[in-house]
Amino acid sequence: MGLYQENGIKIHIGDRVVAINREEKTVTSANGLIVNYDKIVLATGSYPFVPPIKGNDTQGTFVYRTIEDLEAMSSYAKNCQTGVVIGGGLLGLECANALKNMGLQTHIVEFAQRLMPVQIDDAGGNILRNKIAELGVSVHTSKSTTEIVSIDSKVTKMIFADGSELETDMIVFSAGIRPRDQIAKDCGIEVGDRGGIIINEQCQTSDPDIYAIGECALYQSRIYGLVAPGYTMASVVADIFNNITTSTFTGADMSTKLKLLGVDVASFRDAFAKTSGAKEIAITDAVQGVYKKLVLNEDGSRLLGGILIGDASAYGTLLQFVQNNIALPPHPEDLLLPPREGKPNVGMGVESLPDTAQICSCNNVSKGQICTAIQENNFTDVASVKKCTQAGTGCGGCVPLVTDLLKSEMKKAGLEVKNNLCEHFDYSRQELYHLVRTHKILTFEELIQKYGKGQGCEISKPAVASILATTWNEYILEKPHISLQDTNDAYLANIQRDGTYSVIPRVPGGELTPDKLIVLGEVAKEFGLYTKITGGQRIDLLGARVDQLPHIWQRLIDAGFESGHAYGKALRTIKSCVGSTWCRFGVQDSTSLAIELELRYRGLRSPHKLKSAVSGCTRECAEAQSKDFGIIATEKGWNLYVCGNGGMKPQHAVLLAEDIDKETLIKYLDRFLMFYIRTANRLERTATWFNKLEGGIDYLKQVVIHDSLGIGEELEQEMAHLINTYECEWKATIEDPEKLKRFRHFVNSDQSDPSIINVQERGQKRPAYEHEKYLVGVSK
Amino acid sequence: MVQALPIQQNITNWVDICPLPAITPNTGVCALIADEQVAIFRVGSTEDVFAISNYDPFSKAFVLSRGIVGDRNGIAKVASPIYKQNFNLVTGQCLDDETVSIPNFRARIVEDRVQVACRGSNAG
Ligand code: SRM
Ligand SMILES: Cc1cc2nc3c(=O)[nH]c(=O)nc-3n(C[C@H](O)[C@H](O)[C@H](O)COP(=O)(O)OP(=O)(O)OC[C@H]3O[C@@H](n4cnc5c(N)ncnc54)[C@H](O)[C@@H]3O)c2cc1C
Ligand code: SF4
Ligand code: FES
Repeated sequence: MGLYQENGIKIHIGDRVVAINREEKTVTSANGLIVNYDKIVLATGSYPFVPPIKGNDTQGTFVYRTIEDLEAMSSYAKNCQTGVVIGGGLLGLECANALKNMGLQTHIVEFAQRLMPVQIDDAGGNILRNKIAELGVSVHTSKSTTEIVSIDSKVTKMIFADGSELETDMIVFSAGIRPRDQIAKDCGIEVGDRGGIIINEQCQTSDPDIYAIGECALYQSRIYGLVAPGYTMASVVADIFNNITTSTFTGADMSTKLKLLGVDVASFRDAFAKTSGAKEIAITDAVQGVYKKLVLNEDGSRLLGGILIGDASAYGTLLQFVQNNIALPPHPEDLLLPPREGKPNVGMGVESLPDTAQICSCNNVSKGQICTAIQENNFTDVASVKKCTQAGTGCGGCVPLVTDLLKSEMKKAGLEVKNNLCEHFDYSRQELYHLVRTHKILTFEELIQKYGKGQGCEISKPAVASILATTWNEYILEKPHISLQDTNDAYLANIQRDGTYSVIPRVPGGELTPDKLIVLGEVAKEFGLYTKITGGQRIDLLGARVDQLPHIWQRLIDAGFESGHAYGKALRTIKSCVGSTWCRFGVQDSTSLAIELELRYRGLRSPHKLKSAVSGCTRECAEAQSKDFGIIATEKGWNLYVCGNGGMKPQHAVLLAEDIDKETLIKYLDRFLMFYIRTANRLERTATWFNKLEGGIDYLKQVVIHDSLGIGEELEQEMAHLINTYECEWKATIEDPEKLKRFRHFVNSDQSDPSIINVQERGQKRPAYEHEKYLVGVSK
Repeated sequence: MVQALPIQQNITNWVDICPLPAITPNTGVCALIADEQVAIFRVGSTEDVFAISNYDPFSKAFVLSRGIVGDRNGIAKVASPIYKQNFNLVTGQCLDDETVSIPNFRARIVEDRVQVACRGSNAG
């Protein structure tokens, strides 16, 4: 708002223009305001098009445009199982993702014979369709809906032109947009046959004093439904108002790169080879679900456009080839292939781009502008470059290129591009780990005084606490360490959204006796905790206040439980399957091994959390191949897999050793884990670490199995120290009255936090949402 | 360091909170002052104390006293334990979103006891 006030701009929020009187040169609003004008800029945008299908206003039908639409959809979806999106364009796919994320069985119904008919061709459409089907979304193409019939209050039936039917609980229309041109039409300004306020190169409408920009404007029979062209039109009009009359809008690049339902999709420039003489080269990999097509000019020397599906990592580079009319390398097909072993990726570094190259298409920022900003201000971080140039502040797609430019400018300026931990340490985590160990540094205080500056922060403190813990393994709530810990470590429990904590005791291998199970139930009842089975084969007790934590743990420890370290960047769970003890297919005792390993590595602190699983046969019920280390029983012993990941970016673990016995397995694990702890970055899971490890699995095998660095024994000894000095952090805490003093909400009162308000759901409590707090009559 | 400031009773109502050692260096505690939750931090080797609201506007929970303290470019700050936004300990200004700031309070140490200046007239 400040910007508008300072520049004398009056805003009327919550009001709407209803009429323009071109004779009197006034604008009238719904609230009755009348304003005189010299010039008008119409930027009324568009509204979603709802096809004229019978029953299109049945209960449970929605459109997808505003945040309110989304909120309405998501609250309705709570009582639904199935959702249909009508329209398989860009927005339709995004909308399908939203429905899928709301937990619905999702269908896409598209009128054309492929998805995204405007941006991609049939071959690409097929690949995209398969990829989306793999994600569990059903795609129906060449389907025209003729009627929507309500069956009962919730379920609806869609009837298609070919006679087929589909039942669903809700329907979202995403069948295109229509420019909002009514006020222009009403005052006699020319609009297109199918809507849209007609503009010329100056963005002027048929009335020279009235301009139109953005999605309501029609330029050469085209509506530009993206933000970038809208910004360009806006700056043309701004220029004209400032007497820069040379500024014109002559159409815009509709190239796009998006992640739709997790699938990369990019389409740029002449994607359908419409230029005369254009040639196409394409590769299709149905297994990986990748399709890449390049459109070349007649002699194959220049790129005209293309389509990328499944892997659009080359988009930035390819677009630069088109935009700057750069000559292609002799074998343009190389641009489509992954880099060959040993050879650097074909394509080009940012250095080779001309200064005029547009880097950020959302905000129209050129390479030259970015480099100048970096040089003039001596920027060394991407955030400052973004703030100063606006590049990267739109869709974010250009951030990797901006980062590369920053790195190359820093190199040119003789600055070292470093992996520093934060503003307080000019060292990376690996370097600090090394300093701590070789100089026998025991506290953060000592480290920052000798090797850092300032007071530290929420990045360096927990990182150094973790390094100290994996090196010396002192109790983490010892005086010098306590102020370094994240709240989860500081209270040995996980903080929840209302400021209460969760309690997850260790259940090694997921094995739990009936007696212990009963204790968990009793404790939950006594302290009024919500209970849930976790994804890690153990039980979570949620909603504990700080002052309750020690009492809860006293009961648990008396019953033989110990800390589960769910709060730490530490070993979490080692899941198991029943294995040969019960299962008719089990070939080894996976449960016993999981328990033994969990007890061996419990409490181990590491750069990020560590998870593991042991399966009793190749059916892999414990999902070991998605873990940081996973073990699968074989007839002859155990297979060891490492560096897998579930979570945000799932990654399959890789086989490190085959058919090994338990002793060898443990030796390899000790070495592998300590090697990771020594060399990984802060908050880097094993999978991410592995992806950057030069030499990959062969190198890792060399280090772990063949001891090529000669550090095998050292790593084993370091691990032995950690295992021998293990203690249950909760036991140590409740035994020390000094330590318990911190477990209260107020330092000057025995009251517990009055802001914690719960409501009941499915027979248990949960924290109230903000609006519920108002209902209960208590709020901030 | 003991700040032996004259107590200006007519202007400010200083509320006694706790002995200084009740706050572990470089951590915070939460105090209840006339129905208000105030986060008090003991920072650095100089033993300064700072007080801001305990309310984290981003998570809407009363948790700031449990954040990690530190500095950004020399400005003493705390990071919320929930979503990690940073707040200036002196002014209550959020360092990651200039449109957000939370109430701040004056705090001091008198004879090894922590005191906070109360805003309301009837508190204490
Ligand atoms: C409780 C639990 C969900 C549940 O109710 O089942 C859970 C809860 C949280 N997970 Fe998880 N995860 C839980 C199992 C998992 C699993 C399944 C598993 O372990 O087999 C995964 C996928 C496996 C994996 O990690 O590879 C999982 C992947 C994540 C991730 C993504 C990690 C990644 O590398 O992509 C995060 C975010 C992070 O760590 O940065 C996360 C973060 C979190 C946090 C810490 C988020 C937070 O900061 O509050 C949640 C802590 C809440 C709490 O108070 O405990 N959680 N989380 C599960 C606890 C298991 C346990 O017994 O300890
Ligand atoms: C879900 C979704 C995702 C999208 N994702 C992308 C993307 O990733 N990249 C991209 O480039 N584009 C994307 N788009 C398209 C992009 O949002 C639009 O092209 C852009 O917002 C158009 O800008 P505009 O200013 O013309 O219209 P709008 O942003 O629609 O603004 C028009 C404004 O005018 C107001 N208005 C209308 N009539 C009146 C009146 N009579 N009086 C007063 N005010 C009035 C409206 O309330 C509205 O606030 C997306 C669109 C949607 C719906
Ligand atoms: S997936 Fe994990 S992090 Fe996300 S809400 Fe569930 S428990 Fe929390
Ligand atoms: S290209 Fe979208 S932010 Fe730069």
